[in-house]
Amino acid sequence: MNIPVVLLGLIVLAGFFLWSLYNGLVTLRMRVKEAWSGIDVQLKRRADLIPNLVETVRGYAKHEREVFENVTKARSALMAAKSPVQAAEANGQLATALKSLFAVAENYPELKASQNFLELQQQLGDTEDKVAYARQFYNTVVLDYNTKIKVFPNVFFAQALGFAEEEFFEAEEGERKKLEVKFT
Amino acid sequence: MGLFMAFITLAAYIFGQTSGYGLSWAGTALIFSGFISLGSYYWGDKLVLLTSGARPANPKKDFNFYTVAENLAMGAGVPTPKLYVIDDTAPNAFATGRDPEHAVICATSGLLSKLDRVELEGVLAHELSHIKNFDTRLMGIVAVLVGMVAFLSDWFMRSLWWGGRRDREGRNNLGGLLVLLGVIFAILSPLVATLIQLALSRRREFLADASGTLLTRYPEGLARALEKISQDREVLEAATNATAHLYIVNPFKGKDFSAWFSSLFDTHPPIMERVKILRSM
Repeated sequence: MNIPVVLLGLIVLAGFFLWSLYNGLVTLRMRVKEAWSGIDVQLKRRADLIPNLVETVRGYAKHEREVFENVTKARSALMAAKSPVQAAEANGQLATALKSLFAVAENYPELKASQNFLELQQQLGDTEDKVAYARQFYNTVVLDYNTKIKVFPNVFFAQALGFAEEEFFEAEEGERKKLEVKFT
Repeated sequence: MGLFMAFITLAAYIFGQTSGYGLSWAGTALIFSGFISLGSYYWGDKLVLLTSGARPANPKKDFNFYTVAENLAMGAGVPTPKLYVIDDTAPNAFATGRDPEHAVICATSGLLSKLDRVELEGVLAHELSHIKNFDTRLMGIVAVLVGMVAFLSDWFMRSLWWGGRRDREGRNNLGGLLVLLGVIFAILSPLVATLIQLALSRRREFLADASGTLLTRYPEGLARALEKISQDREVLEAATNATAHLYIVNPFKGKDFSAWFSSLFDTHPPIMERVKILRSM
């Protein structure tokens, strides 16, 4: 066979391989970005529910200032977060502060019975679920993307084509710590 | 699926050869069956909802149903399906739709009131998995093929009765054998086709159980839900034979399913087996 023809054929094949590899990786990376914005949407939604919740609880439990301050501070931190790492940390802080808030609410039977509070509690619970599912989806697409970058033979070309590994959204230290319940 | 197609091709070939009409028969039967099933493919979900008397789900009244479906769709990365509720105290649910963009999930009010949020999550994850695995599309194609087999065998038998064979020359001995084969096939093939269809349906039910668990990471939710549903002996009034295979649990519970033979005709695997597999995950 003609050596130049064979060589040309191989180059064309390699070209097609790189083309499809690049497109595949771009698609997966876009999906990762979209999944991240999905988490962001749910975190913002949760942050939006907080002021309403604080006001409702404050209506019944005016003296629990510390708890309100913690929740409001954590919420501001979440809104101000600029990077995924900051967001995850603020998220953990907010979760802890909210747990304290709900623990406090247990002492006020009128509050617990109020329709407003019950609805907010339900909605907040659902938003926590949504954050969890958004994170699960994000981790799933990150897994697909990272795997495609690392398998043979893609691993040799991925970096050259400009694709780096993405981080999983893992539970922050704050969320993993056990909540200390203080009865004062 | 491949085995099924091979079986049908064989049946069509035998019918065609013995009747002397050749393969054009198989083609006509396929087109006929295809038209009917194409209709059900595109309008099937509306039809089922109409015949079942379903109303759209209300985000406030059906909070758990609505939000759990939303959350699962987010976890799966598909658009939230349209949600409907059937007012019936028998607990059951079904999913239909040709792809995730045109999907519908329907639950009975009985299901929504009897299951807690975690169990509902298991059930809805199973239904969503049916949509994600394109099971409606698959069973639709299978229905086309089964219909085609039924048409072919029916026409073949009729042609024998009316004596519609065209060429009578040079086919004496072989012809007799082929006619016999053709008759046997004509009688058995609709039955075999239906059995294969039901076996496929049971397989996909197991697959939906597994895919749903992958989504929720909590097989116990679905296991508990299935147990609760199986303990309820009420028959779902809205279900018909045509829609039975769509439901999460066989809606016709009055029948006696203990015999192995009759269990071949179940569209769903036995609940206890499903629960056992879920608990072993």
